[in-house]
Amino acid sequence: VIREMSQARGAPHVVIIGGGGTGGAVAHDLALRGLRVTLIERGEITSGTTGRHHGLLHSGARYAVKDRESAVECIQENQILRRIAPGSFELNDGLFVAVTAEDEAYEPTFFESCLAAGIPARRVEREEALRLEPNLNPALRRAVQVPDGTMDAMRLPLRFMATAKRNGATIKPFTEAVAVTMVRSPKGRCVTGVSVRDHTTGRGYDIGADVVVNAAGPWAETVARMAGVDVPIQVSPGILVAVRGRFCNMVINRLHESGDGDIVLPQRELSVIGTSSWVTDDPDHLAVPADHVEMMFHEGSTMIPAIRAAETRATWSAARPLIGERGAATGRELSRTFKCFDHAADEGVEGFVTISGGKATTRRAMAEATANVVCQKLGLDSPCRTREYPLLPHTDYYA
Amino acid sequence: MNAEVDPHRDTHATAGTGRAVRFRVFRFKQGDRAPHFDEFTVDVGEQTTVLDALTAIRSRLDPTLTFRHSCFHASCGTCGVRVNDREAMACVTYVRDLAASVVKVEPIANQALVADLVTDMADFYARFNAIGRPLLQDSDWLPEAVPPPGVPSYSRFENCIECGLCLSACPIVGTDARYLGPAALAAAWRVVEEPRGLDARAVLALTDDCQASWRCHVAFECSEACPSNVDPAGRIMLLRRRQTGERLRRFMARRRA
Repeated sequence: VIREMSQARGAPHVVIIGGGGTGGAVAHDLALRGLRVTLIERGEITSGTTGRHHGLLHSGARYAVKDRESAVECIQENQILRRIAPGSFELNDGLFVAVTAEDEAYEPTFFESCLAAGIPARRVEREEALRLEPNLNPALRRAVQVPDGTMDAMRLPLRFMATAKRNGATIKPFTEAVAVTMVRSPKGRCVTGVSVRDHTTGRGYDIGADVVVNAAGPWAETVARMAGVDVPIQVSPGILVAVRGRFCNMVINRLHESGDGDIVLPQRELSVIGTSSWVTDDPDHLAVPADHVEMMFHEGSTMIPAIRAAETRATWSAARPLIGERGAATGRELSRTFKCFDHAADEGVEGFVTISGGKATTRRAMAEATANVVCQKLGLDSPCRTREYPLLPHTDYYA
Repeated sequence: MNAEVDPHRDTHATAGTGRAVRFRVFRFKQGDRAPHFDEFTVDVGEQTTVLDALTAIRSRLDPTLTFRHSCFHASCGTCGVRVNDREAMACVTYVRDLAASVVKVEPIANQALVADLVTDMADFYARFNAIGRPLLQDSDWLPEAVPPPGVPSYSRFENCIECGLCLSACPIVGTDARYLGPAALAAAWRVVEEPRGLDARAVLALTDDCQASWRCHVAFECSEACPSNVDPAGRIMLLRRRQTGERLRRFMARRRA
């Protein structure tokens, strides 16, 4: 029925599977380009990885040394998000703190790499760092200031979705994809839509689509299998610990190579310590290993000693959907950049696109790349407008 | 950290290692004549939260169970429910702390039901948006801290996580839909206290009404239910005091005129 309507109204219809940060940004981008958009999500919006992330607006500094491409993406998108979503970020900047002699020896490489990636970094001496953040470990040696920020992990995606809705998109939470419908085509198979189950009614129905976008994050492989294709996703969970007390206003990072427990973020009256990294095949059952919790307290208190005695508010795990070959040991060695897969090219399935990898900070760029692929497939010449388009407030989503 | 982590070791809801707890869960789908309760038994451990138990029920026992969740640390406000007749965020409610032998889980009250534990937040935001409080406030933590170059002053998100637990707990909201309710009134006080570009006088006047600040019966149920230290009832009292002051000033000005 929806397919007939779409043909009647002229604009192609795109169904997006996955209501996280990426799916919401894709819905917004495609709606702005004049397409008809339906987003379906199994649970509530942002109930997968997006809502569980630590809420860091990356400056890109964390990736500057080893993953330049991701670092450049992050700083560019950091600046765009500040412009299109004002009022959604605690813009208190971040500090990378060198605590040990080893950290201090790493500082020149780190600092130069930040500048080379276009990240405006500033060297901060010990005394100044302690004035900026009085709870920092007084044993710290030096620090580097970078334009990190924090976001509300749910309310930023809601702004993309609220804006998409205003521009005509339909957002359907509690609507689970159970099958991808296909017909045979001269080159292989062609996707015609999605069969869904509406968990608010208990009933199933079909939604027709010209293109289906798989934005299911760590579930992308499950969704891809519905279309008979494969995506090289490595599900890499990490643990997060929220403790009572706001011990910093800036984002505090450990100035050394990416490692466990290397970040502390303020969030309302809490501090969130992250994270660890391992690999799993099952994003529905994420462990919360007790030794990882202890490690967060240990590493977190190396930067902010008061964390050691803080009361735990919550412990949880979030699954990163990284791109890479299976067999990775911990997930840390995989790039944090994103990739858009057009499954027509290699696997002969027309009308099916997967977007995965990436970061919460780079969701808009991920959406732009995905929408470019979708428009190219549909033969549309419609430019991306999301770099400048201001987003509606999150409160408009439910209104 | 390491690749040897057993994905089933130390999980919040671990099969076989904990004690079996019965959950009575409210069920309703659009088109049903009436809601009912389903019972599920879940093995819980020391760290199992009500949200972990609901997730385990959905993934292992009944994939049609529908509930809201997102952040898992009471910062997003989505997983508000009623546990054994008390408002609670499912993600920070530990099963070990619940005294009853059966855990009853119901949707929050005084809001339109969508399905199972899901309620429609449109009514909450209709009230909230009438006030229009910004998401950010000046940071009140570490007052001695000096912000770095490029940061004029430290900011932070408001405490209210828009969960609706206060509306669920409020005895007035339950009987009179016209009452603006505790969340929006608490937001109004924040605008009066720190306008951040909004018109505080207009908000003060808007809430100086028999269906706004003056409708509260001072039961303090909202402040009891709030998981995020907003203290809506306390803020309604502050609104009243300011509104009374304004009225008195207007009265005295008229007398002098």
